[in-house]
Amino acid sequence: MKNIVVRFCGDSGDGMQLTGNLFSSLSAILGHEISTLPDFPAEIRAPQGTLGGVSGFQVELGSEVYTPGDKADVIVAMNAAALKVCTLGSHFNHPQAHFDDEFALYHRHAIVIVDTDSLNDKDLEKAQYHTENPFTELGIPESVQIVPVALTTLTKEALKDSGLDNKAMLKSRNMFALGLICWLFDEPMDEAIHLLEDKFKKKPALIAPNTKVMVDGYNYGQNLALSVSQIHFDGHPNEAHGTYTSIAGNKATAWGLIAAAEKSGKHLFLGSYPITPATDIMHELAARKDMNVMVVQAEDEIAGVCTAIGAAFAGDLACTSTSGPGLSLKSEAVGLAVMAELPLVVIDVQRGGPSTGLPTKTEQTDLLQALYGRNGECPAVVIAASTSANCFDYAYEACRLALENMTPVILLTDTYLANGTALWRIPQLAELPEIHPQTVPEELKDRYNPALRDERGVRYWAYPGMEGYQHRNIGLERDAERGTISTNPENHEQMVRARQRKIAQVADRLPELKVICANGQNEVLLVGWGSTEGHLHAAANELGCDLVQFNYIHPLPKNTHEVLRQYKRIVVCELNTGQFAAYLRANFPDLPIEQYNEIQGQPFAVERIVNFVKSLVG
Amino acid sequence: MEASQFKSDQYVRFCPGCGDHAICMALQKAMAQIGIAPHQVAVISGIGCSSRMPHYLNTYGFNTIHGRGGAVATGVKTSHPELTVWQMSGDGDCLAIGGNHFIHEIRRNVDLNVCMFNNRIYGLTKGQYSPTSAKGFVSKSSPFGTVERPFIPAQLVLGAGGTFFARTLDVDVPTTVDCLVAAQQHKGCSIVECLVNCVIFNNGTHAWIADREQRAEHAIILKHGEKMIFGKDRDKGLAVEIDPVTFVPKMIVVPTDDPRVLVHDAHQPDPTLHRFLALMGQHRFVSVNAEVTDDLPVALGVIRSVEAETYDEAVNDQIADVRAKSKAKTFDELTATLETWTM
Repeated sequence: MKNIVVRFCGDSGDGMQLTGNLFSSLSAILGHEISTLPDFPAEIRAPQGTLGGVSGFQVELGSEVYTPGDKADVIVAMNAAALKVCTLGSHFNHPQAHFDDEFALYHRHAIVIVDTDSLNDKDLEKAQYHTENPFTELGIPESVQIVPVALTTLTKEALKDSGLDNKAMLKSRNMFALGLICWLFDEPMDEAIHLLEDKFKKKPALIAPNTKVMVDGYNYGQNLALSVSQIHFDGHPNEAHGTYTSIAGNKATAWGLIAAAEKSGKHLFLGSYPITPATDIMHELAARKDMNVMVVQAEDEIAGVCTAIGAAFAGDLACTSTSGPGLSLKSEAVGLAVMAELPLVVIDVQRGGPSTGLPTKTEQTDLLQALYGRNGECPAVVIAASTSANCFDYAYEACRLALENMTPVILLTDTYLANGTALWRIPQLAELPEIHPQTVPEELKDRYNPALRDERGVRYWAYPGMEGYQHRNIGLERDAERGTISTNPENHEQMVRARQRKIAQVADRLPELKVICANGQNEVLLVGWGSTEGHLHAAANELGCDLVQFNYIHPLPKNTHEVLRQYKRIVVCELNTGQFAAYLRANFPDLPIEQYNEIQGQPFAVERIVNFVKSLVG
Repeated sequence: MEASQFKSDQYVRFCPGCGDHAICMALQKAMAQIGIAPHQVAVISGIGCSSRMPHYLNTYGFNTIHGRGGAVATGVKTSHPELTVWQMSGDGDCLAIGGNHFIHEIRRNVDLNVCMFNNRIYGLTKGQYSPTSAKGFVSKSSPFGTVERPFIPAQLVLGAGGTFFARTLDVDVPTTVDCLVAAQQHKGCSIVECLVNCVIFNNGTHAWIADREQRAEHAIILKHGEKMIFGKDRDKGLAVEIDPVTFVPKMIVVPTDDPRVLVHDAHQPDPTLHRFLALMGQHRFVSVNAEVTDDLPVALGVIRSVEAETYDEAVNDQIADVRAKSKAKTFDELTATLETWTM
């Protein structure tokens, strides 16, 4: 087979994220491309065995992997509720009587591994089944291969001599499933054990029992060999040569900041406040004191950005990480950084909104907030990462643009990128682009003021500790010549335009917009931005149409209009109600812009995009 | 160093007669006395009359947004502990919109010198009651009198675990300079409550101690290691008495030869007595109808100054410790620790 989609589902306490991550890392180490989609409830521990508590993890592996996949080839269900959620998805309250190839979340010939110890009457009742036969009730067709495994019994059996109590033993059920899946994909146990040891290195007591259960799961698979056949891949990895690892988007973001700090010779400062799904960035940076990273866990979102602004005023590479609600709270302070013209990186890991919304789900609904959500004429640079791996590149780029242009840069990622993992080719620091902070030149000593600009219109950066450059920075309007407070009407307009020009000139040195999979026709162009790249890439391939995916949003690449106007139909696909489409229409009123939108807290399904475009073209 | 070295070229725009003029002058004097070069000093402020202060000082300055001076200052000091960082704020900026940052900079003990200008009114927005206005205070936003209980700043500072609290009065420049110098010398979050008169919207709010003779009777200037004596004839001392029935201790005024006269110990870690001292005379500001039932003076000078680990120092020390022990110190060394494979 070329590519395979595996979906793990269990109770939120069953360790499905760990299982999925270990399996994905293992697959990546063995040379598969991967793309993952963790999907967990907002509640840390919902009542056991209930539908609300089901936590899922999906991974696609193989070659030319663009997305975590629409439909599962292999499902692992740890209990009755998980079986329901992972086969019916969010429609679990409306079971379909008949299997529908188009809308089902799994293939007609999928393999479903299910814990038969967790399908008793009580389990079925908690998961709101109405009959005693869950498979029939869920409409699972006979072509699906059900693999019933007494996971709980077998796990207890594996650990009967371990001295662990019942509760501790049950925690290892996921490892039995992992071992079984490793067998199914013919993945070697020694690498898996190595990963497991690494994962539990801080809890060494857990290594032996978990290894035992995993190996027993693997051996159980070998005994199953008569009834289930192993899956082998035909594809070959086609990534460029290099050294690879698998990385989650939030970690890649954190590491991009670290690399940029070292490259620019700046001290990295993060001011942040815990918020799902951005907190892992703070976790990673707090752990990276070895890299000289300073993290202030502030008293609130506002203090997160304000401590960062303080560090920027004092000459640091300053960042703040948050999600949509936090960006709302930070708005006024981001405006201060625009007005004070200080470098600042604001990372918004978007989630479902508005308000508290869907904290653990993905959405692209903060675009207009990032562009316009501040008082006054308040332009900032806005960019977006488009894969979990390139969160590294765009975090690095956000730092470069901030330091070189003395401006806040808002980097948009989202839950899908943040928690998903992908193959990452590890760069050497030397091969990354140079970063030249806009530090004030020597010749301005003793005649510096905070309004002095270079020929690009970017003001110079001087900070405390530098003798002869003392100045007063402000959030009030400043005089264009002297840098002091000014309420002069003409001066205000001049400054508003100067700040706009400064952001506009950033486009002069941005890479041009490229058509990703040029299929040589000019009928239909798919347009996306940010995290939808994988899904749109797969959809464009299937449709035989072209795709442009935007990473630079404000300012737009200079050739944007030139590229877009080649096409008869431009379909902007977004996980919102059409924010980027509206932005493009405002910029290019002459272009025929259509839109496709989903707002369900989930990534796109490739098939739905394809069907939409087909129906459009007719 | 000379005070003139700390004057900026900006025309000082406080209203004629405003108490902020005196504090500005005292700040320039104190900074000269401290002797740290202007380029090593950062003065951060929020919004309000007091927050204009950075413009008049020839140091690095940052006039930020309303209430957030404390958070910005925390970022400056933590990232660059070698700098001397001042924060200029008012009763509205610090205790209302910036209240959260205020209590947390104190809780963390960030090594900042905070001047909190208390004129019990919002001046720059033209006369609304503030969190320190007495209950019943009539202002533009409380035409029938406020119905709110005010904050007593000292109580908030000590409640948040404050390591330094001083109080001074605009017209008493020498005491202000002493308090500011002591605030800078104290390692930790130093709060100086500057009682200032708003000549336009709340004129005379500190009248009972503004006049020199009145002040001698109604205020005591505390000095560490010295007996607590006040009065224009220096004939009154302060002591603590415990009520025999309720066991509640209280401050009392006694003759100076009374053996119970206290000696001020600002370095005492236990804040109990500092609290009694800081609260003297403050009941006048709880309500406009408050009756003055005792003859206790308001305490000026350094009331509390104790040493404790500072946040900025702890953050930087922890990074240095981890770095000293870690093998990977660069990005390339960090990526070399990953589980990788080569294609």
